[in-house]
Formats: sequence, C-alpha cells, structure tokens
Amino acid sequence: MATSSVSKGCFVFKPNFKKRKISVPIEEYFNEGKNESEDSKLRFETYQVIWQQMKSETEKMQEELNKNLFDSLIKFLQKSHSGFQKNSRDWGCQIKLREIPTAALILGVNVTDHEFTFRSLTEAIQNNVTPYVVKLQARDCPDIKHFLQKLFSQLMDCHVDVESKEEEKDIQKKTHCSMDSLSSWYMNVTQTDQGKPRKKRTSSQWQSPPVVLILKDMESFTTKVLQDFIIISSQHLHEFPLILIFGIATSPVIIHRLLPHAVSSLLCIEIFQSLSCKEHLTTVIDKLLLTTQFPFNLSEKVLQILTSIFLYYDFSIQNFIKGLQLSLLEHFYSQPLSVLCCNLPEAKRRINFLSDNQCENIRRLPSFRRYVEKQATEKQVALLTNERFLKEETQSLLESLHVYHTNYFLVLRCLHQFTSSLPKYPLGRQIRELYCTCLEKNIWDSEEYASALQLLRMLAKDELMTILQKCFSVLNSSSEKQLGSTAKRIEELLAQLQSLDAEVKEEEDASGSQSKGLQKTDLYHLQKSLLEMKELRRTGKKQTKFEVLREKVVNFIDSLVREYLLPPETQPLYEAVYFTAAHTLHEHLNAAPRLALHTALNNPYYYLKNEVLKSEEGCIPNVAPDICIAYKLHLECSRLINLVDWSEAFATVVTAAEKTDANSVTSEERNDIIHARFIRAVSELELLGFVKPTKRKTDHVARLTWGGC
Amino acid sequence: MPHLENVVLCRESQVSTLQSLFGERHHFSFPSIFIYGHTASGKTYVTQTLLKTLELPHVFVNCVECFTLRLLLEQILNRLNYLSSSEEGCSTEITCDTFNDFVRLFKQVTNAKNLKDQTVYIVLDKAEYLRDMEANILPGFLRLQELTDRNVTVIFLSEIIWEKFRPNTGCFEPFVLYFPDYSIGNLQKILSHDHPPEYSADFYAAYINILLGVFYTVCRDLKELRHLAVLNFPKYCEPVVKGEASERDTRKLWRNIEPHLKKAMQTVYLREISSSQWEKLQQDDQDPGQLEGLSAYTHVELPYYSKFILIAAYLASYNPSRTDKRFFLKHHGKIKKTNFLKKHEKTSNHLLGPKPFPLDRLLAILYSIVDSRVAPTANIFSQITSLVTLQLLTLVGHDDQLDGPKYKCTVSLDFIRAIARTVNFDIIKYLYDFL
Repeated sequence: MATSSVSKGCFVFKPNFKKRKISVPIEEYFNEGKNESEDSKLRFETYQVIWQQMKSETEKMQEELNKNLFDSLIKFLQKSHSGFQKNSRDWGCQIKLREIPTAALILGVNVTDHEFTFRSLTEAIQNNVTPYVVKLQARDCPDIKHFLQKLFSQLMDCHVDVESKEEEKDIQKKTHCSMDSLSSWYMNVTQTDQGKPRKKRTSSQWQSPPVVLILKDMESFTTKVLQDFIIISSQHLHEFPLILIFGIATSPVIIHRLLPHAVSSLLCIEIFQSLSCKEHLTTVIDKLLLTTQFPFNLSEKVLQILTSIFLYYDFSIQNFIKGLQLSLLEHFYSQPLSVLCCNLPEAKRRINFLSDNQCENIRRLPSFRRYVEKQATEKQVALLTNERFLKEETQSLLESLHVYHTNYFLVLRCLHQFTSSLPKYPLGRQIRELYCTCLEKNIWDSEEYASALQLLRMLAKDELMTILQKCFSVLNSSSEKQLGSTAKRIEELLAQLQSLDAEVKEEEDASGSQSKGLQKTDLYHLQKSLLEMKELRRTGKKQTKFEVLREKVVNFIDSLVREYLLPPETQPLYEAVYFTAAHTLHEHLNAAPRLALHTALNNPYYYLKNEVLKSEEGCIPNVAPDICIAYKLHLECSRLINLVDWSEAFATVVTAAEKTDANSVTSEERNDIIHARFIRAVSELELLGFVKPTKRKTDHVARLTWGGC
Repeated sequence: MPHLENVVLCRESQVSTLQSLFGERHHFSFPSIFIYGHTASGKTYVTQTLLKTLELPHVFVNCVECFTLRLLLEQILNRLNYLSSSEEGCSTEITCDTFNDFVRLFKQVTNAKNLKDQTVYIVLDKAEYLRDMEANILPGFLRLQELTDRNVTVIFLSEIIWEKFRPNTGCFEPFVLYFPDYSIGNLQKILSHDHPPEYSADFYAAYINILLGVFYTVCRDLKELRHLAVLNFPKYCEPVVKGEASERDTRKLWRNIEPHLKKAMQTVYLREISSSQWEKLQQDDQDPGQLEGLSAYTHVELPYYSKFILIAAYLASYNPSRTDKRFFLKHHGKIKKTNFLKKHEKTSNHLLGPKPFPLDRLLAILYSIVDSRVAPTANIFSQITSLVTLQLLTLVGHDDQLDGPKYKCTVSLDFIRAIARTVNFDIIKYLYDFL
C-alpha cells in the first residue's frame, strides 16, 4: 500500500471492506514482485514444514532447559503450605509469625523471553500443585483496587465450572473485591470441591490447594501497592493460603529496595535462578544450526548479525529465533532454488521435476559455474546443454553437499573440543565463534589457528587423552558412518597413549626438564618453553615417545580440519541451502528510525524516486517538499532558531523556483502562500520532534537534535 | 476482672484508663479515643482483648483492607447488622456510598434491641490510612456520637501521633492515649510468658534473657522477637536434648547459642535468609555461611550496549554537564578543578545524588565511550526503555518522547564499577568527583 508520507514507518490503514472479502492466501505473496519466481507454492510449503520442525525442536529444548528450575520451584510450592495444612497445635507454630512463602525467581534481563517461561511455569504448576494460578503484571495494577480486581477475576477463571460461572460473575459485580470476599469465595470453592471429588486434579489430595500469585515484573510494581497487598494478605493467610512468585529481572536486592523491613519480614523468601541466556543461546545454536537435521544453513555474516544483536542489544532468545525465522522465510522467498533445501531423498525427487527455467537458474549459480569450469570440455558442454545430464549431476552434487555437512559438523565439534580448553582461547570459547571463523574463510590460514596448534603441541598427556576421548564420543554419537575410519584412528591413538604410560614415566625421570613443557601454560610461559624446546632440538636431543605421539595427534587433527572444514563457498550448489542476504536481515532487524528520518528529509530522492529531486550534496533543490527545505535550513542553525530568519531563507529558496511560472498571482498573495507553507513545514517538524517552542525568546524555536554549528 | 491481668501483661495503667473511660455499659462514653504507639506495643491486642472479655458490642475494622470509602462503611454496617441480628441470622447486604448514608443507616442498625441501651464501639485499626480517603471521613468519625445521636464510641489505632492527623479545618479533639514502648523488663516478662509446655518457665526465661541481650539493641519489635525466639529455641535446647548439658547449665548453653544468635541477626533477621531455610539449616546442623543471602546476588548480566548505556547514564548523572568537554573531547586542554568550579559544585556529586540529564546527552556520551561506531538504531532506544523498566534508569518528569525526555541513573557506584570492569572501562577516570 502507498502512503503520501516521506518517512519510513508504520502506518495505519483502515480496512477496505471490498478488499477484505477477497482474502489472499499467504503463499500467494511468494509470487509477488519476482517474475522469475519458480515453484513458489512448493517453496512456501517447504518453508512451513521446516519452520514447524524448528519450532517444535526449540520448544522441546526450552522445556528441557527449564526442567530443573521448574522442578525445584514445584517442590518449594508443594512443601511451603504443608505446615499450614497440618493445622498443627504445635507450640512453635502458634507463636511464630505466619510468613507468606515467596519464591524470588531471577530470570535475567531478557524480558521478552519471560512470557514464555511464565506460560510454561503456569502450566507446570497447574498440572502438579494447584489449579489456582494467577499472573499479574505491573501495568494492570496501578493501585490496590485494580490489583485485587485482577486477582479476583483471574482466580474465577481458574476455577472453571460451567454451571457456576454466571453466578460468580454476579458475585464479582456485587462485592467489589475486598480481601474478605476473596477469602470467603475461596472457602466456598474449596468446600464444594471437597464435596464432589475430582478425578483429574492431582492436587486433590490437598484439602485446600494454595493460591499461587505470580508477579511478572517485580521491578515495575509500585511500592505502595505491593506493601498494602502483602500486609492485607498476610492477615488473611489462615483462610487464604497464598504463595507469591516474584519475577525478577535484575537482582533480588530489588526486594529490599521496594519493601521496608516491616513488610519484608512478612515474607519467607527463597531464591531460584534460571539458566543464563548465553548458555541458552549456545544450546539453540547447537540444536538448530550445528546439525544436519535441518537442511537450512546461515552464512557467516547472517549468523554474525543474529548473534551480535543478541549479545549487544537484547539477550533475547525469542528475538534470535524470530531472526532465524525471518532469514528462513527470506531465503525461501528470494532464492528460487531453495526448493532443493529439504531433506536429501525429497530434494533428489524434486530435481527430476525442475523446469527449464530452474535449470537455467542452476547454471547461473556462481558456485556451479566455478564447478563447471573445472570439468573437462565435453562434460562442460553436456552440463550447459543437456538438461537430463544436468539433473543427474545436480543430484550427485547435492549428495556430496550433504556428506560435506555431516562431516563438517563432526569435525567442527572435535576441533572445538581441542580449542575450547586452550589458555586465552585463540579460536574463541564458544563453538559459535569457531563456527563463524570456519564459515568465513579457510581457518588454517588464520594466525589464531596457527597459535592454537602451537598451544596444542604443549598439551599434557592427561588433557590430551580426555580431549581425544571426547572427540571419540562425538564421532560415535552420529548415526552416519562417514567418519568411521577417523573414529577408529582416534581410538588407536588413545590406545597408544595409554600404553605409553609406563615408558613415559621412565623418560620423565631421565629428563626432568622436559616435564615443564607438558604442563598447561599461559602465553608467556609458552614462548619461553618454545625457545627452550628449540634449544633442545638444536642440541640434537631426541624427542620422547610421548612428544612424537602428540605431534602425530596434532597433525592428525590438522589434516582433518584441512580436509573437512572448507568454507561453504567452495561447495557447488551451496546457494540453495545457505542464506546469505545479510544486508536485508540487518535492515529488518536493526532498524534505525533516526537515520531513516534524516535520509528522508535530507535526501528526498532516496524514497520518492523522483528524478527532479536528484541533487548534489549540500545544495537544496527548490522543488523538494517544503518540510525538506525547512529541515535542511534548520540543520544550519544552532540551538535556538530565529523564526524570521528561517522564514526569509525559506522564501528565498522557494521563490527561486517559482519565479517563472507564478506570474498570475500578485506578489502579496504569493507571499502569504509561502508564509503559510512555511508555518506548516515548521509545525510538521515540531510534530516529528525536531524543534519546539521555547520560552527563552519569543520569536525563536529550540532545536531538539544536535549537530550543526 | 482477675483474668484480664493474666492475659494482658505490662499494660495495667492503659487498661484501667480505658476501663474508666468506657464506664458502665449504658453510660455514654467519650465520643472518640485516639490510641497511638510504636509497632507491636500492644494497641490492637489490648483493645481487642478488653472489648472481648468485657463482652461489649464492637466492630473491629482494619483500614488497610478497606481501600475505598465504600468498603469501609459497608464493612462496619454489615458487621453491626450481624451483631444486632445474630439470632435470626438474616444477612441482607447493606450498600452505602457516602458518609451521609452511613449516618442514616447507622441509626437504623443501632435501633435494634440488643444494641440500643449500651455503648457500641467501632475500632479503626491502622487509622493513618483514613487520611488518604475523602476529607470528611476523619472529622465525621470523630464526632459520630453527635451526628448519629447514638451511644457510640470510635477508637482509632495508629502508629502516628495525633498532630499528624488533625485536619487544617479543625475538628473535634479525641481523647489521646499513648502506649509507650515496652521496656526490656516488660519484654522479658511477656516473652517468657509463653514458654513451651515441655520445658520449665525458668529455663525458657534464661533463654529469653540471652536472646534479648543479643537482639535488644537492634530490634524492640515484640512480634519479631517472639518469632526469633521460636526459630532459635531448638538450637538452644540441643545440648539438653543430646544430654551434654542440664537445664541449669546456663554457661554452657550460653556459649552454644550466642554465636548462633549473632549469625541470626545478620541473616534471618534481615530476611537475607528465609525462616524456613534457617530452620532447615539448624536441623541439618550446617554452617549458615554456606547459604548465600539475598544481597549476595548483586550481579546483573546485561547486553554489551546496555552496559555502555548504563555507564553513559551514570556519567551523565554524576558529572556536571560543563565537564563533558574535558572528558570526551580529544583536545580539551587542561582544566583546573578549583578555578573551573562554581561554588555549589564543590561538594561531591555522589553526596548530592544523581541529576537528571536529557536523552541526547546520554547518546552523545555513549557514542564517545564505545570504541566501535554505534548507529542510533531502534534497538538502542528500546534498550534505554527496558533499562527504565528494570529500574536501573528512571524517567524524570513527563513522559513525552518528543519533548526530549530526561532520565536519572539510579544504580550505585559499586554496581557501575562492576559493570564497567566487565567491559574494561575505567569509569573512575571519567568521574569528576574522583579527579
């Protein structure tokens, strides 16, 4: 849809009823804009299938990650009111203060992810502890009245009894939600529940299931509301077994900041910490990207953008996955050959049905052209002319691409095992950093790789063995037996190392100096010991057997890396499965509203695409929209702008254009019109937040942006 | 009333004052009585037991719960209604919106036979909340007797002195009664009163003595002390239960419990560790040092740019804006601190607290302290907003985004130093106070 606005942004369009009736199916959008688009429907379907798989995988993963936290929370909830349930006549229980059990749930600053956590937490509590779970957030509760109203209405919804629902709504209207009415309602409900035992509820062993109240964003609640609520509910705790869960984004010190001692002494607070979001990200990348389960891959730049948005801006897993979804969608939308981005047998089947156009698309791929150039002449001709031959060749290429990926991830993991334990982490601590480097270029050409190998040559024996063992299990974990021989080779090396045990000891006794080199070292010591080793070699001292073996291991891993960790660009047809349009992604995910506004006003041609508006840097075209002229003029002013001067300048610029054609109008009228146009342009600028009226000088406006003189 | 003395300890004079004020059942009493005193000085307890044991018709209302006028008035009326017609058990809900209605309905309700010939008491606990309600409520309740022409007395309970209540339009002066704090002797007597059945009173009194010795300097709140006494008592009994000491072996018991109580003062009393965790620790006989308290979790993990935004905000809050040139321009020249300063800036900005700063200043500082180029993307702005929701920054004044919002940084110096350390930024070098 079109707007008359000059700036990029969100615009509200009132729904057009005629249009609404002809609803366009979503897949149709894939057709729009690109004439050459092929198999758009198929591509859309493939996209949906892959996305569904990815989504369910992430959900499963998040469930697993949250399991520990939820288990301990549920344990806490279950035991916290058990003392009250007993109704004990114990001496201590009578005198002790009745504190409200409270769980302080530290969730980290990634607020966007909290909603998901709370949703699954609610589910878990409802399944295991109590049907009465209420979630409140600060913006719904500006005062205690609204707080209780929300609590009441949500509690009613928890207790789903179809026949009594109407009745309860009436009750709610009549009693305006005091704590008294709340607890009497609760008594009513629990007693009637006892009368007719429920089958489904696991909580039915409880005489009175507790009420769990989750405050989603503890930081935003006002002190007064929280204080009053806690004081009130602590007085009703006997009839109304409440448990609080505070969702805390920063640190639990906030509790003391919000609540005075008199109030916090009414709480019995325990702390629960959720998984750090960085670990979470590692798992997401591990499960979604470093696997052959999904045929879709990201190029280095795209991955870099997604991770840097995560690490630099928001820490939000949800946003990361959204970004991943966007790149998936964009890939299937913009790349016609993405039909081949599916599992191998399906892709092979699809190749047979490729149209001529698509075949041409394949031939146009840079990676494919490179591949063709390497072939013999007859084959080249066949590839470029014979469709059938091309299809067969493509099938085999896809297969080798698949094999490449399988090996790639396995070797990458092995290499990560080696490099993640090195001092100062020359190749990064996280596997995602290593992955990025490997995607970008030949990793063995980098200096970091060389220094990492140097460090590996210093490893002690036990370290080396544990790493090798890990590598072995990594290689064995894959179902496909591509690297079977490698696994065997590692096993051999391990066995050799073990058998060395006895001999090495003797050697070490013989030359004590050598043991120095075997210890884990930092860079300074490394240099020193390297020098020493050189010295040793020069004197012609023979290496120990262990050193020989270690050299072998390092060379072995080096050869693996050189063989399997080739960057994806080297593989023919990689464009079909790699999303590379980093620029589009950046534009969509990291929008810069100020820049867009500035571009629109400073260089109207950029958005309007009107040839007349094309201008050189610095000068003001007089046919530009009024607001652009006013904007450009105001850029040259300092903090306060004299309106008269501004208007003069504006008139000068505008009249320069209109001198020729405005003969019919008298100069006075024209001046009036220009004046009105100026006023409108200024008020538009005010609306956009560039200037505001100031009280310091009456005929001036103040600039709200800086820059200029 | 011999049994009253057994239940209400150390408040003999107040009880007798109240009793003489109440007089006989059918006598008119003083229209309004204002009782004040510190937390846990027995105001509520004394009034309640007195009214109950004397079996006087009364309504007890806690003003925190009644956050609207309507709730308060209806609660009083409904309870009175219940009192007057307790035998029949009819329960028609009375609705009442204004004080005028209240007076009218009150007359109707108290017309019942069993309320007619005796004083009705209305007790308003936490009366300070009345001040936040409509202006006519407090004066209205003060002269309720006169307005309704019934035999009624309103008792106000509050922790605040009467002078803070008095409306500036003037009102009927209530009878003011002060409940002084319990002395250490009183506390000892009251706390020893409820000893556990399985141990002798003397044994428990000795324990209370030790407890008060530790806690009396920091806490005189009776409720809190009782709570602490119960929490730590099992530890005190431990040697006796194990048979290592007899009940009379006070010195040994003291040596056992004293360090324990001191630890309790630093942890469970401040609610760093919850009571249930404390109990569990006692049972498992662990060292409470292992468990980290609330304040131990000060570390907050923030995204990279958020850290810099926060640092920039801190600098903007605590540096005078005129010094920005000196810190963030390359060729600033030397500025001598003494000549450069205006007089009021000579005091440390950290003593004065954070000052508000405009968004643009924050961004300008941000661009100059981050090594790489930062584009003013939507993500940066949303980070600023989310820092506001996390209460690390606060929005000052109006929240009109177009007019240049102003913020304050609310984090402490220690916090910001910890943050700055993680990004290798030497914040002290940029703070004007530490030049």
